[in-house]
Amino acid sequence: MANNETEQPIVRTHALTKQVNTGDQQLTILQNIDLNIHMGEAVAIIGASGSGKSTLLGLLAGLDLPTSGKVHLDEVDIFALDEDQRAALRGKILGFVFQSFQLLPALTALENVMLPLELMSVGNAEATARRLLDRVGLALRLHHHPKQLSGGEQQRVAIARAFATAPKLLLADEPTGNLDSATGIQIIELMFELNREHGTTLVLVTHDEALSKRCSRQLRMADGRLMQ
Amino acid sequence: MNHFLLSFRMLRRDWRAGELNVLVLALIIAISGLTTVGFFADRVGMALARESNQLLGADLLVMSSKPLPPHFAEEAEKLGLTISSLTKFPSMISNGDGNLLTEIKAVAEGYPLRGRVHVAGRSSSGANANPGIQVAEGIPVPGTIWADEKVMTRLDLKIGDVVDIGAIQLKVTELVVREPDHSVGFINMGARAIINTQDLADTELIQEGSRVSYQLLVAGDMKTVQQFRTWAQGRLAKNQKIEGIRDARPEIKAALERAEKFLSLAALVSVVLAAAAIALAVRRFTLRHLDGCAIMRSLGASQKQLLTMYVSYFITLGIIASGLGCLIGFAAQQILAHWLTDIVETALPWPTWWPAIHGLLVGLVLLVGFALPPVLNLRSVPALRVLRRDVGLPNAHSLWGYGAGLAALLLLFIWKAHDLKLGLYIVAGFVSAIVVFGSVGWLLIKLLSNLRHQAGGAWRYGLASLHRRAASSVLQAVALGLGLMALLVLTLIQDDLINDWNASLPPDAPNHFLVNIQADQLQPLEEFFQQYAMERPPLFPMIRGRLIKINGKNVSPQDYADDTHAERHIRREFNLSWTDELARDNSIVQGSWWKKDTRDTEMSIEADIAKTLRIKLGDELTFDIAGQHFSAKITSLRKVDWDSFRVNFFVVVPPGLLEDYPASYITSFYVPPSEIAMIHELVRMFPNILVVDVALVIGQVQQMIQQVSEAIKFVFIFTVLAGFAVLYAAIAATQDERIYEAAIFRTLGARREQLLRAWATEFAILGGLSGLFASAGASGLGYVIGKYALHLDYTFNPWIWVIGTSIGLTGVLVGGLLGTRAALSSPPLLTLRKIA
Repeated sequence: MANNETEQPIVRTHALTKQVNTGDQQLTILQNIDLNIHMGEAVAIIGASGSGKSTLLGLLAGLDLPTSGKVHLDEVDIFALDEDQRAALRGKILGFVFQSFQLLPALTALENVMLPLELMSVGNAEATARRLLDRVGLALRLHHHPKQLSGGEQQRVAIARAFATAPKLLLADEPTGNLDSATGIQIIELMFELNREHGTTLVLVTHDEALSKRCSRQLRMADGRLMQ
Repeated sequence: MNHFLLSFRMLRRDWRAGELNVLVLALIIAISGLTTVGFFADRVGMALARESNQLLGADLLVMSSKPLPPHFAEEAEKLGLTISSLTKFPSMISNGDGNLLTEIKAVAEGYPLRGRVHVAGRSSSGANANPGIQVAEGIPVPGTIWADEKVMTRLDLKIGDVVDIGAIQLKVTELVVREPDHSVGFINMGARAIINTQDLADTELIQEGSRVSYQLLVAGDMKTVQQFRTWAQGRLAKNQKIEGIRDARPEIKAALERAEKFLSLAALVSVVLAAAAIALAVRRFTLRHLDGCAIMRSLGASQKQLLTMYVSYFITLGIIASGLGCLIGFAAQQILAHWLTDIVETALPWPTWWPAIHGLLVGLVLLVGFALPPVLNLRSVPALRVLRRDVGLPNAHSLWGYGAGLAALLLLFIWKAHDLKLGLYIVAGFVSAIVVFGSVGWLLIKLLSNLRHQAGGAWRYGLASLHRRAASSVLQAVALGLGLMALLVLTLIQDDLINDWNASLPPDAPNHFLVNIQADQLQPLEEFFQQYAMERPPLFPMIRGRLIKINGKNVSPQDYADDTHAERHIRREFNLSWTDELARDNSIVQGSWWKKDTRDTEMSIEADIAKTLRIKLGDELTFDIAGQHFSAKITSLRKVDWDSFRVNFFVVVPPGLLEDYPASYITSFYVPPSEIAMIHELVRMFPNILVVDVALVIGQVQQMIQQVSEAIKFVFIFTVLAGFAVLYAAIAATQDERIYEAAIFRTLGARREQLLRAWATEFAILGGLSGLFASAGASGLGYVIGKYALHLDYTFNPWIWVIGTSIGLTGVLVGGLLGTRAALSSPPLLTLRKIA
């Protein structure tokens, strides 16, 4: 967005590169990614499977380590931090929605949503969690375990969890990938609504062109490169 | 055929991918522990038998009062056994001034086959010329005699002096300090001397009617010796008998048998630990194979095909892993044996192959019994799992499946314990422990998890994890509890066993017996002890009588022709005694001890001899005592602790029945080696009293106990290692879930320390619970095994609760947290991808 040009971007990458060794061969998954994402933007990363989009998302969150290059989140060089400091930063400014929900099976819906709040020792975790679960339509499912919930319901719990800490940046990796199309549409609607309500910056990885059109900017990836 | 190929391919892939690490490692550690114990117990058992055979001077003796026919020696040589011979007889030795009745032993080349003769001062010219003790080289050369200290002192001899023996003169060349077969039997404890068998004829001492014992000494590997024994047993004439160490010394027999029982117990504990480790490890295996099975099912594989595939998969795996375990076990016991030679002094004999075969079989039985049942559930994985990952196994942990394993374990126990009673006790103990631990654990975990809503942070997540995995948490707590319980029981019993031995043979255990004290010597003897500022030891009356009737029916040696042991008892005279108090080392096993001042003609008989002679409680025995008949009814059977070296009698009656019969007295007491002059004085003052010196036997038994104790402690280390295998398997079993948890926690911004605290809660509860289980179980099972199987006075140790619980808690906590290090350090995305 043009009016954000002067502001510092919330995500800034420089020459981000990821290579993996597959036995005798070096495989380049990401190559020299330079990218700025500003506050309030909704960015879709699209591309065929294997183009490197999920790897990019993981690196943006500091869930993985790059071969070379830098990522600044909210002006912090995240790979200059240790794993614990990165985790703390994530807890403070990031929210996640995964394709396979990634809920803790041992915990109830309520406990899953409370988890990030408790990890950061936020007071009143339970009230916040209840409010968010109510918001995503699961007020009656608070004490169910993930196993007892449908896929759509699990993803709602995951979305409630993602917004629990009022993150500046929401990272979503194929959030509808494991859901049927009707449920998928509901989930997307819910996610965009909450995004608007919280004024969160959104980075969405998808291969769904229609979905990507709902974002303010589309970044297309192929063979580990960004095609602007 | 395709299934087999497929299963081999799958096995190879899983093996390479490290999927089998936990299962294989658990099996390898368990089997190597088991075979180490097995090999080692085998070798120590053989070494102990051989060691104790030093008390015989051979592995086996064939004895006769007439020269032995040559076929015994010929057969032994034919079997490849080492032989030697000796002739023992009493004779006077004189040095011109005095005579001494001495037991002469004429030995042949090779004597002794087991143990050594220790001598002092070949070169010394006088008895006080600082004689160094050394192992004798060979036997006395013809023309020489080796004499013991009694001969030297009483005849006032020096090395180099010449003595008369029968028709010849021999030169004294060595002072015998110790000879291996000294201690066999209590009859021949007087002065002793050794000569060469080549001089025997020249002495002209062996005449018709002389009291001579001809002995053939046999030694070799145990199996061949046993073979020879069986062969010879059938060819014994009336005046011939066979003696191995166990026939000769009841107290050694008792100690050896208990040591053997304990070692097999230690091996059994490894088996339990293995079972627990496998039961834990297989859980992860099953979970990891869910997808593969679902895919195969969706591709049309039948349940039967999957069954065939997994059975061949596991049998192959079992053979490979157990084989590796056996190899490691063999190497480990080799190191152990090497290390222990410093303690045991003698080279350990080469082990047999049995422990390896046991190991292989046990490995297969354990794998088939404990791993296969839950894995077989895999065949009923719904193919739908291909589409919906949350569809899994309906009941992956049906306890029913372990029924087969438990049954297999029961058979193993009975087989390995060589003792139905011990095996049954242990299995009953473990089965009830599983049931009680399981239900209590289940209840506690349910209760605790209800508390989690009141608890904050780390506690909540720890409790939540325990609760969600309730089934496997209970399984883990039970398995860990059982493992720890086994270790605790072993520790308790080990201590009791060693303490019991030490207590029964304290440093001041009686080392001298006085036999044949006459009634009119009681007073002078009391004064004699007073002179040496010693209290007169308790004297026991002793009356010799021959058993002639049981329930009024005459008995003769022929009635026991099938049992030489029983026959000998009938042929010989019994020593009868009277007392109104049950001795400390005796316990009533049947019937009851008489009331004080009883007027009935009662009798108490030792339980083993009663069994040998087929005598029951209530039978009436008649003895011929110096021509008079004495009858009494048996009102109690006693167990006698022969390890104690105290005076004990097979047959005892209340006071007032035998006083009119001719009695002599017997006693035992301790004399420190420095006071040995007192014994010489006693012999001089009371020449008719037979002094029996058992200091050497006691020394040897004490040394043996020392060695067995060391062996037991060492074997215990391996059991502890097997315990670690269980811990490892328990922690590895939930490793995948923990790595996943860690990834999510990290993604959501958890610090290391927060994650660690959640896990610590979980591990602490799990460990504390298993520790509590273990303490409770160990207290009960230790009591039962100690009391009923090993016949020990079990001492209840309240500390076991503290120790058990804290070991469980810290062990699982530390082990668990160490085991999760990998989960903490891997980048979250990798994990989430792999699992999603």
